[in-house]
Amino acid sequence: MNYTFNQKNKTIAFVLIAIGLVSIAASFLTHNHQAWSNLLHNTFYFMAISLAGTFFLAVQYAAEVGWSVVLKRILEAMGTFLPFAAILMLVVFFGNLMAGHNGGHYIYHWLHHDLYDPASAEYDKIIAGKSGYLNLPFFVIRMLAYFAIWIGFTRLFRKLSLKEDIEGGSANYLKARKYSATFLVLFAVTSSTSAWDFIMSIDTHWYSTLFGWYTFAGMFISGIAVMNFILVYLVKKGNMPFITEHHLHDAGKFMFAFSIFWTYLWFAQFMLIWYANIPEEVTYFMIRFEHYRPLFIANFLINFIAPFLVLMTRDAKRKLNLLMTISVVLFIGHWIDVFLMVTPGVVKEHWHIGWMEIGTTLGFLGLFMYVIQASLAKAPLLREKHPLLQESLHHSI
Amino acid sequence: MSTKIAYGIFDDDDVVMHAIPKLQEKKFKVVDVISPFPIHGLDHALGLKRTRISMAAFMYGITGTSLALLMMWYMNIWDWPMDIGGKPSFALYKNLPAFIPVTFESTVLCAAHGMVITFYLRSKLLPGVEPHVIDVRATDDRFVMAIEVKTDADKDAAHAAMKALGAMYVK
Repeated sequence: MNYTFNQKNKTIAFVLIAIGLVSIAASFLTHNHQAWSNLLHNTFYFMAISLAGTFFLAVQYAAEVGWSVVLKRILEAMGTFLPFAAILMLVVFFGNLMAGHNGGHYIYHWLHHDLYDPASAEYDKIIAGKSGYLNLPFFVIRMLAYFAIWIGFTRLFRKLSLKEDIEGGSANYLKARKYSATFLVLFAVTSSTSAWDFIMSIDTHWYSTLFGWYTFAGMFISGIAVMNFILVYLVKKGNMPFITEHHLHDAGKFMFAFSIFWTYLWFAQFMLIWYANIPEEVTYFMIRFEHYRPLFIANFLINFIAPFLVLMTRDAKRKLNLLMTISVVLFIGHWIDVFLMVTPGVVKEHWHIGWMEIGTTLGFLGLFMYVIQASLAKAPLLREKHPLLQESLHHSI
Repeated sequence: MSTKIAYGIFDDDDVVMHAIPKLQEKKFKVVDVISPFPIHGLDHALGLKRTRISMAAFMYGITGTSLALLMMWYMNIWDWPMDIGGKPSFALYKNLPAFIPVTFESTVLCAAHGMVITFYLRSKLLPGVEPHVIDVRATDDRFVMAIEVKTDADKDAAHAAMKALGAMYVK
């Protein structure tokens, strides 16, 4: 029941990373104006997926969920990408800070010094008013705090889980439950503020009070989709003989339900802004609807209509191939969603999706695949001594 | 010819679950078990077909969606064109975001009420209909097993079999 990270998969991961490096190099060498936003887009996307793994794991502990014990190793493995995402995020932020003339020209408009200088022609009263929160030192402190909290708890859960494999009993489980409750409180705050910092601050003038939740919903559903993909992959390979169709059904239900949850928040944010029609708010959707229309519509169709219609029936949630297909569709769909959050603010209407954009994502995907598979291979896929293991193995719905 | 039903009243769900395969072995047709709470594996043991109420719910939902859109199109686009949020586009698809909340509510309303009404109709629980109560405690702590039989002799045999397997009483 151990997963072996075979040579073929390693080669695939390395090839993808190589494609990614070539694409990133090419986008900088050809002065692709989307280079920085591609990096931020992919870093944030894979960070979100990884974070969703730890979040979902913490939910399972805090709610004392029985059925999902068989999935916990997958969630733990997803969380192990967070340190890599943190390094990438720091590289993107500081790289962008150094590369841009006058400080951070490429991604974050608010890094310009002149915006805060009343004597300057560039002086921006609105952005200057936000400087109490949106300034470089505080931003860096917040960023480091997020990663410290997220990575710290991820490692803690992993440590307790591996200790449980040796010691047995329920002491480690109860500890994990206590820590996960703490993590969820911290996550509730940091998931919102990190969404403001990393993404909403790109469109510095614009704000939406729902943005944190909206980003969280996208984060959660893309994480669940990746979890489903890994689950189906492992079941198909025969690494997880203990997974029954009942587990698949519940995992599929999460994918179905949280697609609708994401749509609800997406629409709640869109409709209020559309209806109120206030210039300072509506600009955000104007550019996305005028210049990104195919993606804007595809975002809605792929992330709502596809899972809604396909996963509605009971039988669909129990079929391996269908689950796998929908998880891939949602992965692509939420890639588009994050693209629409990041790119329009950085490059305005001058966007394109070519081989460099796709190649960059493949590179991140290769790194993600490598890290996940390496950590899946490190521990047995079944937590043999989990106190709720029997409930999970005999799960029946 | 009409079929008759032999009822056995039990006081333990484990006894019921163990009795079902034994009765089926003896060629008794156990058609239903009425229980105050869901019993795991009961549907499978009885070989019940899956309920079609989810399909009905989908149909009711679609009906609700269509009715709501039709209503708002007639009221706000066709009969009395409305300037919605300062965007006088006078077309359903352009004003759709404003119509979604009502459409959603109508879909839920029709699906939920449709399901409940369908369930009552199928269970013959219309207003004014005398409910067919086998044992008043079947909603509390009693389990009623129903076996379909053809003749009175079969009914007596079913009664005897259920008694032998732990029924409190039969009727």
